[in-house]
Amino acid sequence: IMCASAKYNTRGPALIPRMKTKHRIYYITLFSIVLLGLIATGMFQFWPHSIESSSDWTVEKRSVHDVPVVKLPADSPIPERGDLSCRMHTCFDVYRCGFNPKNKIKVYIYSLKKYVDEYGTLVSNTISREYNELLTAISDSEFYTDDVNRACLFVPSIDVLNQNALRIKETAQALAQLSRWDRGTNHLLFNMLPGGPPDYNTALDVPRDRALLAGGGFSTWTYRQGYDVSIPVYSPLSGEVDLPERGPGPRRYFILSSQMALHPEYRLELEALQAENGESVLILDKCTNLSDGAPAVRKRCYKNQVFDYPQVLQESTFCVVLRGARLGQAVLSDVLQAGCVPVIIADSYILPFSEVLDWKRASVVIPEEKMPEMYSILQSIPQRQIEEMQRQARWFWEAYFRSMKAIALATLQIINDRIYPYAAISYEEWNDPPAVKWSSVSNPLFLPLIPPQSQGFTAVVLTYDRVESLFRVITEVSKVPSLSKLLVVWNNQNKNPPEDSLWPKIRVPLKVVRTAENKLSNRFFPYDEIETEAVLAIDDDIIMLTSDELQFGYEVWREFPDRLVGYPGRLHLWDHEMNKWKYESEWTNEVSMVLTGAAFYHKYFNYLYTYKMPGDIKNWVDAHMNCEDIAMNFLVANVTGKSVIKVTPRKKFKCPECTAIDGLSLDQTHMVERSECINKFASVFGTMPLKVVEHRADPVLYKDDFPEKLKSFPNIGSL
Amino acid sequence: RKAEARRNWPRWTDGTLLKSFADPEELQGDEDPSLLSPRERRAAWLSVHRRGGCRMETCFDFSRCERHGFKVFTYPQERGQPVSETYGKILSSLERSRYHTRNPEEACLFILGIDTLDRDHLSGHYVSNVDEKIRGSPLWNGGRNHLIFNLYSGTWPSYGGELGFDTGQAMLAKASFDSSSFRPGFDVSIPLFSREHPQRGGDRGWLRRDSVPPKKKYLLVFKGKRYLTGIGSGTRNALHHIHNGQDIISLTTCKHGKDWEKHKDTRCDKDNVDYERFDYQELLHNSTFCIVPRGRRLGSFRFLEALQAACIPVLLSDGWELPFAEAIDWGKAAVVGSERLLLQIPSAVRCIHPERVLAFQQHTQFLWDAYFSSVDKIVHTTLEIIKDRLSPHRSRSRSLWNTLPGGLLVLPDFSTHLGDFPFYYLQHGYSPSKKFTAFIRAVSQAGSLSQPMLRLIQAVSASQYCAQIVVLWSCEKPPPPSGKWPQSAVPLTIIQGRRGRAADRFFPFEAIQTDAVLSLDEDTSLSTSEVDFAFSVWLSFPERIVGFSTQSHFWDPEQGRWGYTSKWTNELSIVLTAAAFYHRYYHSLFTEYLPAGLRELVDGLAACEDILMNVLVAAVTKLPPIKVTQRKQHKEGAAQPAECGDGAAGTPPPGQRSPSAPHSAPAKGTGTAGSRRFSQRQDCLNQLADWFGYMPLVSSQLRLDPVLFKDQVSVLRKKYPSLEKP
Repeated sequence: IMCASAKYNTRGPALIPRMKTKHRIYYITLFSIVLLGLIATGMFQFWPHSIESSSDWTVEKRSVHDVPVVKLPADSPIPERGDLSCRMHTCFDVYRCGFNPKNKIKVYIYSLKKYVDEYGTLVSNTISREYNELLTAISDSEFYTDDVNRACLFVPSIDVLNQNALRIKETAQALAQLSRWDRGTNHLLFNMLPGGPPDYNTALDVPRDRALLAGGGFSTWTYRQGYDVSIPVYSPLSGEVDLPERGPGPRRYFILSSQMALHPEYRLELEALQAENGESVLILDKCTNLSDGAPAVRKRCYKNQVFDYPQVLQESTFCVVLRGARLGQAVLSDVLQAGCVPVIIADSYILPFSEVLDWKRASVVIPEEKMPEMYSILQSIPQRQIEEMQRQARWFWEAYFRSMKAIALATLQIINDRIYPYAAISYEEWNDPPAVKWSSVSNPLFLPLIPPQSQGFTAVVLTYDRVESLFRVITEVSKVPSLSKLLVVWNNQNKNPPEDSLWPKIRVPLKVVRTAENKLSNRFFPYDEIETEAVLAIDDDIIMLTSDELQFGYEVWREFPDRLVGYPGRLHLWDHEMNKWKYESEWTNEVSMVLTGAAFYHKYFNYLYTYKMPGDIKNWVDAHMNCEDIAMNFLVANVTGKSVIKVTPRKKFKCPECTAIDGLSLDQTHMVERSECINKFASVFGTMPLKVVEHRADPVLYKDDFPEKLKSFPNIGSL
Repeated sequence: RKAEARRNWPRWTDGTLLKSFADPEELQGDEDPSLLSPRERRAAWLSVHRRGGCRMETCFDFSRCERHGFKVFTYPQERGQPVSETYGKILSSLERSRYHTRNPEEACLFILGIDTLDRDHLSGHYVSNVDEKIRGSPLWNGGRNHLIFNLYSGTWPSYGGELGFDTGQAMLAKASFDSSSFRPGFDVSIPLFSREHPQRGGDRGWLRRDSVPPKKKYLLVFKGKRYLTGIGSGTRNALHHIHNGQDIISLTTCKHGKDWEKHKDTRCDKDNVDYERFDYQELLHNSTFCIVPRGRRLGSFRFLEALQAACIPVLLSDGWELPFAEAIDWGKAAVVGSERLLLQIPSAVRCIHPERVLAFQQHTQFLWDAYFSSVDKIVHTTLEIIKDRLSPHRSRSRSLWNTLPGGLLVLPDFSTHLGDFPFYYLQHGYSPSKKFTAFIRAVSQAGSLSQPMLRLIQAVSASQYCAQIVVLWSCEKPPPPSGKWPQSAVPLTIIQGRRGRAADRFFPFEAIQTDAVLSLDEDTSLSTSEVDFAFSVWLSFPERIVGFSTQSHFWDPEQGRWGYTSKWTNELSIVLTAAAFYHRYYHSLFTEYLPAGLRELVDGLAACEDILMNVLVAAVTKLPPIKVTQRKQHKEGAAQPAECGDGAAGTPPPGQRSPSAPHSAPAKGTGTAGSRRFSQRQDCLNQLADWFGYMPLVSSQLRLDPVLFKDQVSVLRKKYPSLEKP
């Protein structure tokens, strides 16, 4: 099976290939065949005769006026009207889309034709600028295929964006004669201005049978949920006017209405609102006496004051978007661009891309009946939320409204997500603006679970050749009640581990894994042998931790299974003189890291360390033979947003730094190197994820005046 | 031929000259004055869409909900017309809801007393003549503002959506909803649940550990009936094709109905044998994915079963409007497959990344626990979805429904801004404000201020993080005039409280303006460093209660009830609110979310309110509270201030810390206020566990101390040296 996903290796790095001979022969043969095949293909590629004349491959250079003309006989068939009961499983042919490793639908575009009726009169304008942009975007996208037989979705080049600009019956006939029409199955039409006088239908009136409609003004009665796609009404002003993003915050006006052709009844209601609330409400209208030359669409007036449109939208916190004859209004796009929070008053309107966009985060929807309450409703919204809505509005515009390309690709992605739901884009990807994506975390272990104690933990000891010390560690750790397995990672390739009989006899299984290279990252490999969630990483010289301390550490980890829970704590500090981060191991009142010479953590973080460590950190650590623990601290803090938990009081630890503190030898270079690591990692992560805290975890009765024998963990903190 | 094969959309030479799809005037001013006025148009809609295409704006009378808010009325049950056990549970969930009213005059939503769950007329629970019965009711009003619950509609052979009576303009809360008959934003799709589904609480999900890799013994399983004929047989007949006997187990049996042998085919005998070899529960527990195909109807019990088992549902039920899809983003917890593409399912699920599988599994558990594990949750979710429609600007966003702790526990009336809640700081990159409000409850009798209280105000106001002090004065005597209160660096507000209303201390007073509340009793003794340190801890755990004195609960197998102890123990599960930090949202949750009956219970039992607060926060977070270092006893035990009134309930020092006499259940028969109080607290605990349907409290074995606490290093290095003084 071809999966796009990278599979985790199931074996550790101790990958000394142990293949059976017959397999080896098999693989060699297979390899040879593949190699021969590759050579043959290569020769064929460069064979002089097979080189195409390059002109065939370039994009055509033609005029729109030169496209072929198709004459539609008066009696050519007309599709059925749209079927309101259509859903993906009833009207869409999924078999055309197939299973593919990329989980992408293939979209075919019919070539452009000019349609005329029997008398040679045009059925519609050949193509509008916007529809041409839309088709260009599809054609340039990953969805595009030029092979009509492989296509899953068909997009006619017949432009139906604006119903006013086309002849309904003839357009329908033009659709019906498309080569793969087949009742419109898997055909996608884009329409932004549906309906026409007097009833202004909320969906395109052109009979289209089973075709999907990406429509710009659906009401809840015409929108076929899960089948149609609701799209914006594009505002060409977006392309003309550059409105730089304005920071969120209070604006000059609280509510602004900029629409020119409002129904008098709505205008009366708005004016009543203005009368009641004074200058914070601004109701603009068409300018009546503009000097010649000024385009009316770029100006708005209030009494004698003239305002530039759409710039004036940036002066208000909220902007009213009222329905007109149609539900979808281009002004919505202008309002979003201005970072003004739209107040949408259009009962039964299906908001653009509502299948995926969470409009509650970017807009306020008010029922038409409640227009008089608009001011008080808007005032009840907390200021911080308004600021977020302003940012969100602008982000929706940038991502999904700003160009025909954005509209086209969002539409196709929505359809794609329906066909490959298991590869669909998530709510967060659709809705979170980049700033939120950047500053937020999504904890992979988000469910509040306290893992069962019975599971126990696996101790992983990384060792090179200190066998005597290693055996002492094994003996000590094996006394911890919740230990379920001990894994020794033998990182020395030049020496074999001691014979089985020499190892200490302990009550739990002991496994030795040999590694192929002496790398620090071997400590964090997600070995299959680790069957518990909890891992205790422990150095082969940490013999001073008592059984109570280790057992308590495990209990603390159970309460914080998504954190690093460790013994010696460390701190990072900002060095104002050097203007960079500094590593600190002194007796501090704060911690932001724990050393992984003795720390509990979830096995999941081994996966993250091995497969998802950003940048070149992993290699950097292996090359420098240092800072794997700092890297782990960064990784966990970055993905969870949480601090470490340091457990139990400070003890004398036997490790390079600890001896430094003991004053035996002050290893200055070690400290400098550690500081460098912090600066390096902070730059790779692009942020400083470590969290500083002032607390550590002790048993509930630690140092309390209480009989020691009644305490669960009496032997804590002995030096 | 080659030009055919490679044809991108052309770059037209005159592409820049093309005209726009619409004139600017057309886009900016499409109003057509000749049209109906908005008011007329809305009136016209009402008549058109009252039947068939009901939407809230056409078939629901919003004005009924304006005066009294969202109130739900259940029709009284008719005599001689017993309802099924399941409908009984639904009705009792409605009655337990904080929205329930007995007065139809103030109701916004009406629910029938007639059992409408099973509308299959072949079924024993089928109620006939529903039409007549509802039309006889003066409240029916054409079904307006009514909600009708239904689990089974239609009957053999088509199993359609018909209920067998005219539902008028009523909303439907129905299982197995077909998306083509579902009226979006009006109906509610609910899950199919069994008669045994618990009324409240409900079993936990089965995921107890986040295994890595998240794979289980089987990849994909199904065990169920294979319909030989009729609706749904297409999908069920194909399921055996994906069985591989190894990691994909798909077993069907032909045995169902009376005359299955008549339709029996060549596979049946072998399939029936294989079928018996595997146990359904065993498969459910040990598989990563579970196929949830349609049955005769679109929904099935196995959907909730798989969800609870953390077996990721792979849905093969085309056209099913998924339960609560208006709120729930099923893409995070289930694979929505297509019946037509069954054979692609194995490869599709094999290709799902392990990280995604782990996230899916956790999400099934979140959804199960938040919305499905009891009838109460299903019914209350239905109500909240409808309530959210009434005022869209005060409703839950989609992200709120789909992140912990879930929509039921988040009140949009408190705020619609996620940063105002304690749950979303990390997900959205917010942080709680770095100040707290000290909230002191005073109940003492004395007309003047007691010494402990004066000391407390001084100590607390000296904290650099203290923004304000609020005193809740719950005595008959008026509070001392402002001149009598100590001068402090922070503003001090006095709120006149009501006597004997213990639950008032958790009322969401407007005066509390910070995210953090430091809840205090007037006789609590704390030092400034203790407050500072505890607040620094709270900033790391803003969703939990962080405090000093603790107690714990345990299951007493002899008595068959929950026990409670204030003894010194190695564990803790309750932090006394006589000195504790927590988020101010919990005041709102306590007052608004809990039904009035529960708060009355608290007012009736002395010293129960802080247990309820702990239970509530634990029910929300599923996590224990946090204990921090405490310098010495927090109540000045010897000098008990007299209670106001005649002091029905004394307040002995709950956090007694006398090592020589560990405090526990007082000896029987002493009859002291202490023992009364103790047994009341124990009663309280048991009544709360009963109301919640389970025991939400979680135990912890740790205490958080300053990093250098009692370490052998100079006190000059320590930030909180005073915490170590005996």
